[in-house]
Amino acid sequence: MTGFVRTIDAPKLSPPKGEVGLIHTLRHRVFNSAIGGVLAIAIAALLFWTAWTIIDWAFFRGVWTAPDRELCNAEGAGACWPFIKARSLQWVYGFYPSAERWRVNLVYLIGAISLAGLMIPAIPFKTWNALFFFLLYPVIAFFLLLGGKFGLTLVETEQWGGLLVTLVLSVTAIVVSAPLGILLALGRRSEMPIVSLLSTIFIETVRGVPLVLVLFMAANMFPLFMPPGVNPDKLLKAVIGTSLFASAYMAEIIRGGLQAIPKGQYEGAQAIGLSYWKSMGLIIMPQALKVVIPSIVNNFISLFKDTSLVTVVGLFDLLGIVQTGFNDPKWASAQTSNTGYFALAVIYWAFCFSMSRYSQFIERKLNTSHKR
Amino acid sequence: MKFLKSLIIASLFGLSAVAANAATLDDVKTKGFIQCGSNPGLTGFGVPDDQGNWTGFDVDFCRAIAAAVFGDATKVKFSPLNAKERFTALQSGAIDVLSRNSTWTMSRDTTLGLTFAAVTYYDGQGFMVPNKLNVKSAKELNGASVCVQTGTTTELNLADYFKANKMEYKVVAFEKNEEVLKAYQEGRCDVYSTDQSGLYAEVLKFTNPGDHMVLPEIISKEPLGPVVRQGDAQWFNIVKWVHGAMLNAEELGVTSKNVDEMKASTNPEIQRLLSVKVKNPDGTDADNDFGKGLGLGPDWAYNIVKMVGNYGEVFDKNLAQLKIARGKNALWSQGGLQYAAPIR
Repeated sequence: MTGFVRTIDAPKLSPPKGEVGLIHTLRHRVFNSAIGGVLAIAIAALLFWTAWTIIDWAFFRGVWTAPDRELCNAEGAGACWPFIKARSLQWVYGFYPSAERWRVNLVYLIGAISLAGLMIPAIPFKTWNALFFFLLYPVIAFFLLLGGKFGLTLVETEQWGGLLVTLVLSVTAIVVSAPLGILLALGRRSEMPIVSLLSTIFIETVRGVPLVLVLFMAANMFPLFMPPGVNPDKLLKAVIGTSLFASAYMAEIIRGGLQAIPKGQYEGAQAIGLSYWKSMGLIIMPQALKVVIPSIVNNFISLFKDTSLVTVVGLFDLLGIVQTGFNDPKWASAQTSNTGYFALAVIYWAFCFSMSRYSQFIERKLNTSHKR
Repeated sequence: MKFLKSLIIASLFGLSAVAANAATLDDVKTKGFIQCGSNPGLTGFGVPDDQGNWTGFDVDFCRAIAAAVFGDATKVKFSPLNAKERFTALQSGAIDVLSRNSTWTMSRDTTLGLTFAAVTYYDGQGFMVPNKLNVKSAKELNGASVCVQTGTTTELNLADYFKANKMEYKVVAFEKNEEVLKAYQEGRCDVYSTDQSGLYAEVLKFTNPGDHMVLPEIISKEPLGPVVRQGDAQWFNIVKWVHGAMLNAEELGVTSKNVDEMKASTNPEIQRLLSVKVKNPDGTDADNDFGKGLGLGPDWAYNIVKMVGNYGEVFDKNLAQLKIARGKNALWSQGGLQYAAPIR
């Protein structure tokens, strides 16, 4: 008689009916006590009410077609969408001449393609693409946008505006702040006293003042140090100001990452005979940067939104150009500003949320061991 | 290398590098346009329209200068400036003229190295009340509660006015203009007070603009006008006389529509305004070219009126949609303050 030894698993039974599904979740997670139940209903009601108010305002009471403010200003009217429609091109291009807007489009397009090439892992030629994006693209964008050379009409930065200015400011600051931040972080941890001192002074000074102040100083104090009559471009001053500001923050974020790397890694790198730059580039930085991805993206996101502060120095970024439209007598109405701000919130959210999602994707992709 | 150098200089120092001391007219003629400091967004005075063109009373004044100088009202570039940077921009030579609802005060006129060239708009603090209050004059506001913004001269003017007229009032003050407006609309006070042009602009944002009215009284002096750098008499004269020509044109009934017919007018004042060539009774040529004295062509005033309009036309085009009455800005001959010296 041979014993029966089961070689394959018996089929798994599904859990009892009362332990899974919506009913179970509701009973055990939401309505598990009287207070919990009341709170759940109250919160649900609040959420529903908020959502309904917004939907009602935006869609049911919203004004969809109107030549000017009259209909938007009617009693009980909701969102004034025609204002957005009439202004949308201005929001994207600012005062960039209509005939030249293809140049902005081209810059957007090249940037988007190159960035997609960098960001999507499956696409090859990463090194060439990175070289193009970080070295060649800024030059191309500069000439395309400003013009004045190669037969392109000159479009002064005073005519730039809206999303264009927001992107120029934030992309430049992001692209500049990453390498500069790494250098500053390494500088601050350096054993060379002067390098370390200078990096520390820069970081602490720039980080110790509000961005608004940096912008004001760039706009108003900087010309005082220049020869009389020479006034550097307003946008350029703002770009420099935000880039330096972002670099100081980036430096501290990366320094945080460097400190998270165990000393053994540094010693290991030295033990196999790597030079300082090689050990940083091959051993330390890849680990340190991976640790601080959430912080870096956090910095990028807040930087993107902080660019709206440039309105105080008279630049028309996205926020500025939307706000100035509220005063157009053709559109000024009770709902114009509400609608404008609502649309702005959606635009900013879309940008920031995509950055956030991409960072999460990268975190998952790079997740090799450290996740606890 | 040379190319790179010029590139760096061009990008760094932009296009605003202007020698501040040279004659502004020559500068302007060399670069081919007027750089005009404008408001970044003030209803009726300077605001971009849907196509991004600047519209408004103050920006049209700059166009009038361009018309006088170049015979082309489009040869003007606008630098939107906020309140803090406007005078610095003019001092540093980044702009040629500031036309941005700036109040003419003695200290600004005397200590900043700047000069106000004219008063293009007489503004001042006014009152807005709901119709249902049944008030027709500020003199009837005894015992009223007034919504104002804190930290402005508005509050002080209010105190002076009510004291001078021996009336009681209660201040309901807020930090931000939006809060003031909201409080007024919610009925937390009877009266809303700020600059009168501001009252007219804000009422556009009311859901029921017909239920409110602006009282006729103006209780403070806010003369607004274009500003130029001190020490350039020629440019100062040009800006002053652009305003003068616009007023004279209105007074003489010369408009952008009829200016061509008016060239045939026999009225000597119109002939002088438009530099019409006529003979004196003794057969010599009359000297009607008053542009010469400004360093401009004979058609300077004709171009202003033809391309931009006379004072009344510019006022109506930009401010009538806000339902702003001429009031103090009517011509002197119609009981207002707008008065220009004769062209002769």
